[in-house]
Amino acid sequence: MPNFIGSPVKRVEDKRFITGKGRYTDDIVLPGMTYACIVRSEHAHARIKAIDTSAAEAVDGVLAVFTGQDMVDDGILSIPTGWAVGDAMKEPPHYPLAVGKVHHVGDGVAVVIATDKATAQDAAEQVMIEYEPLPAVVDATAALAPDAPIVHDGLDSNLCFDWELGDRDATDRAMAAAHHVTTYELVNQRVVPNAIEPRSAIGHYDPAREELTLYTSSQNPHLIRLLLCAFVWPDLPEHKVRVVSPDVGGGFGSKIFHYPEEVICAWASKKLERPVKWTAARSESFVTDAHGRDHVSTAELGLDAEGNMVALRVKTVANLGAYLSTFAPAVPTYLYGTLLAGQYRTPHIHVNVKGVFTNTVPVDAYRGAGRPEATFLVERVVELAAKELGMDPAELRRKNFIRPDEFPYDTPVALQYDSGNYEGALDKALEMIGYEDFRREQAEARKQGRLLGIGFSSYIEACGIAPSQVVGALGARAGLYESGGIRVHPTGKVEVFTGTHSHGQGHETTFAQIVAHELGIPLENVEVVHGDTSRVPFGMGTYGSRSLAVGGSAIMRALDKVKDKARKIAAHKLEAAEEDVEFVDGTFRVKGTDRTIGFGDVALTAYVPHDYPEGVEPGLDENAFYDPKNFTFPFGTHICTVEVDPDTGVVRILRYVAVDDVGNIINPMIVEGQIHGGIAQGVGQALFEGAVYDETGQPLTGSYMDYTMPRADDLPSFEVGHQVTPCPHNPLGVKGAGEAGTIASTACVVNAVVDALYHRGIRDIPMPLTPERVWRALHAGGDGAAAAAAPAGGNGQA
Amino acid sequence: MSTYAFDYARAQSVDEALTLLAGHDGEARLLAGGHSLIPAMKLRLTAPTLLIDVSGLEDLAAVTLDGGHLAIGALTTHRAVETSELVRTHCPALAEAAAGIGDPQVRNRGTIGGSLAHADPAADYPALVLALDAEIEMTSRDGTRTVSADDFFVDMYTTALAAHEMITRVRIPVLGHGEGAAYAKFANPASRYAVVGVAAKVSLADGTCRAARVAVTGAAPKAFRATAVERRLAGRPLTEAVIAEAVRGLADPNELLSDLSGSAEYRAHLCEVMATRALREAAARAA
Repeated sequence: MPNFIGSPVKRVEDKRFITGKGRYTDDIVLPGMTYACIVRSEHAHARIKAIDTSAAEAVDGVLAVFTGQDMVDDGILSIPTGWAVGDAMKEPPHYPLAVGKVHHVGDGVAVVIATDKATAQDAAEQVMIEYEPLPAVVDATAALAPDAPIVHDGLDSNLCFDWELGDRDATDRAMAAAHHVTTYELVNQRVVPNAIEPRSAIGHYDPAREELTLYTSSQNPHLIRLLLCAFVWPDLPEHKVRVVSPDVGGGFGSKIFHYPEEVICAWASKKLERPVKWTAARSESFVTDAHGRDHVSTAELGLDAEGNMVALRVKTVANLGAYLSTFAPAVPTYLYGTLLAGQYRTPHIHVNVKGVFTNTVPVDAYRGAGRPEATFLVERVVELAAKELGMDPAELRRKNFIRPDEFPYDTPVALQYDSGNYEGALDKALEMIGYEDFRREQAEARKQGRLLGIGFSSYIEACGIAPSQVVGALGARAGLYESGGIRVHPTGKVEVFTGTHSHGQGHETTFAQIVAHELGIPLENVEVVHGDTSRVPFGMGTYGSRSLAVGGSAIMRALDKVKDKARKIAAHKLEAAEEDVEFVDGTFRVKGTDRTIGFGDVALTAYVPHDYPEGVEPGLDENAFYDPKNFTFPFGTHICTVEVDPDTGVVRILRYVAVDDVGNIINPMIVEGQIHGGIAQGVGQALFEGAVYDETGQPLTGSYMDYTMPRADDLPSFEVGHQVTPCPHNPLGVKGAGEAGTIASTACVVNAVVDALYHRGIRDIPMPLTPERVWRALHAGGDGAAAAAAPAGGNGQA
Repeated sequence: MSTYAFDYARAQSVDEALTLLAGHDGEARLLAGGHSLIPAMKLRLTAPTLLIDVSGLEDLAAVTLDGGHLAIGALTTHRAVETSELVRTHCPALAEAAAGIGDPQVRNRGTIGGSLAHADPAADYPALVLALDAEIEMTSRDGTRTVSADDFFVDMYTTALAAHEMITRVRIPVLGHGEGAAYAKFANPASRYAVVGVAAKVSLADGTCRAARVAVTGAAPKAFRATAVERRLAGRPLTEAVIAEAVRGLADPNELLSDLSGSAEYRAHLCEVMATRALREAAARAA
């Protein structure tokens, strides 16, 4: 029997994906299907004076036109957020279709439902909406100004919450006493998630059985069902609702959240008693999928004369967009402030975050969610401190690392790191990149006028989200455990049920590897079931690099129950005491004898219990729920080298080395794929991506003609190295790998570019580091202020 | 996104296409590769009532050598231009430019005639046809006429092509002894269209530039010749210093586009950089 754990098994799901046979929500066609087109606001901020739907209703093929008021009148409530940051957090209503006012370009105002898609779109142009345009605010800092337009009626400012973590006084005292303080002001720009599959939803109400099925491109179908039934549509009984998330083409966080279109399709289907489908056009995705990042921060890092970090003080203004999306309040707070210790022993840290409403698309979790923002800030300010102190950036990091014998380590920002070996990962990465040789090459190149640079990013993340009681105390409105089920069929074939959801992660392979390994059966005898609330026990879905650490642990618990029961049955059949029976490679054996019974025979016995142990129930079908004891803490060091073309400002990444410690690895090929994709996404933010609005709130980057995604030819071949420090508190010793690449790579690339240009007087260039920004910095010199004047990307205003 | 409703006709001949075109009073559009037209229709930016599909007219998809000219049929795909032995032999710069258009899917569908007729200010071919002194052959029911590339581009998305005409052929003089051409492109990282693309053709004799043609796309509302640069190069050896001096001030930022992919000031700078690179390579090839 092959050892499946640790084996680079090819992904079983890829056959259907690469042959074009995946089944995504938009592929589903139901009898009597109708099509929804949503009329969206072209204003960033406007009062709705009147809506005339009569012309649209008169179009041949149109079944209905509904407005936000129609839904409210029918008992549809506001979509809540899933997290409360403090008692004073403002939570203005978020109706599935706007009522009274529109709050961002793309806000839904009405829905047209027709017998075909083109007719729905034609008729949508006939919905006449009279607006009273209002002044809009785009930039979060500007939104805090006393005379700023107020996004939401009923609020007296745009401040959603004012949150802090850490000991302010101790931090201030330590900062005042520091030998050197490095100050860094930064913009972590807004980005668009851009999953390759646009969001899609189908509501299918069956009036005979009074049951609703909602198909939706979601990362967490149970959460959608809960939010829909418990909050948005209280008349909808949860036990009469099935939510199915079939194949989903990427999420990156953006498909966690409960979106208006899910409510609209579900509700309209009941009204019309026909299935209603909506699929986003790509241009709709740009203005409706929750965006990511969008912070403006000031960081101050205090160091003593020897280069020991003594204090970190951070002030951040986080743009939340027009509404509070499902995870939005948690991202710039508990997933950000808690990570500001990084890998370092900084004893005093204080962070203040102001969450702010603006007339922009809501901002929520995007691959890494808070942790990339924290890592970018910490790793950039550490890099700058090294430069200002004339210290080698690798050595400044090494000097301040938490040491292996200091774990478990309590940070000043509320986390307890369970394990780590930061110096090991740094040393391995330095060796892989050939640090000393590169510094010589860099010096030589500089003499010829060539600009080479090297950048570091030593990151940590808290994932495996999350211990329910901890997050509950922090304001989460849900638990964050996971479910796992093992159903052994009479023939010994096994179905595995997981409450996590795979939308690119390869769960159907990784989880099957675990089960095949533990039960000693062939991989093809295991089927992983996910994404259907009617088949899978209540689970929390996939985000926060949680699936293996939490969902995999639940499956391990269920496997334990199956093996315990199977051992009882085997012992009975073998006429031996239970403790004398061992389970090896799929066979139960009486220790020290050749008396055996195979797993398949035990399974059959469980369902044909003619000769059966007393007091044991028939069947072999076990469920488990697993609530983690702590977060998991993957870490590592990434190093890249770049060359900057002084004529054009183009940055080329020469090499990229990633040494990640994600704990034990089930499938190294899948982990490497995750690291590769993650790095590409982080590089995208560093060099290419940025959602740009003009000052009136019109998005300027609404298509791939203007929004730059990283492409294969923008990237080098990544050199990936692993270190394994198993997680001490889950049964698999795993931590999570889905976000590590993104968390690390953005700072790594920016650090490398600044390293290439620092001798020219450049200490920062705002992201994305477009050619024009780099060129302007080079020609203006100094602090990149000239670069910030360049168009192309950036935060908020163009 | 769905287009507005439209009719579709697949033309079996140039005559049939032109008859349909003439019969629809400016409401019909020719469909070749469709890589500009269809996206614009799906975004509902344009709404022709009839699409006349000419993509099956194989006679217009050939590259031939016609005396001293390459004759490239209007329906020759970018991929066919890129891989044509005749183009690679007689005008490699054109093949190289074709290889840099869009991505393989675009190159397999998009055509040289479609691109020229569309006259996107950021397309690559306009710089090439200007620098290479090409002629554009246009056909209508009244017959065939030819205009030089210099007279073809009128404004952004506007050309000398009349509503009832279609481009049938592009004729490009083959490079002779002592001649070289090159194209240097600074691609928009998002769209891979040219932020600035400069095509250059030089004729050398005894190490001296007899004549040069330099054309720029992407930078301005329409592709243009850098005639001042051309004049400054004539009669001089193409050294680094001469090129640097000649390209200085190539474009006036006040006349250039300014958008997210580059301000006018940056575009003006890129014009100089790309012109330098194109001229350097063209001179090396001519030598």
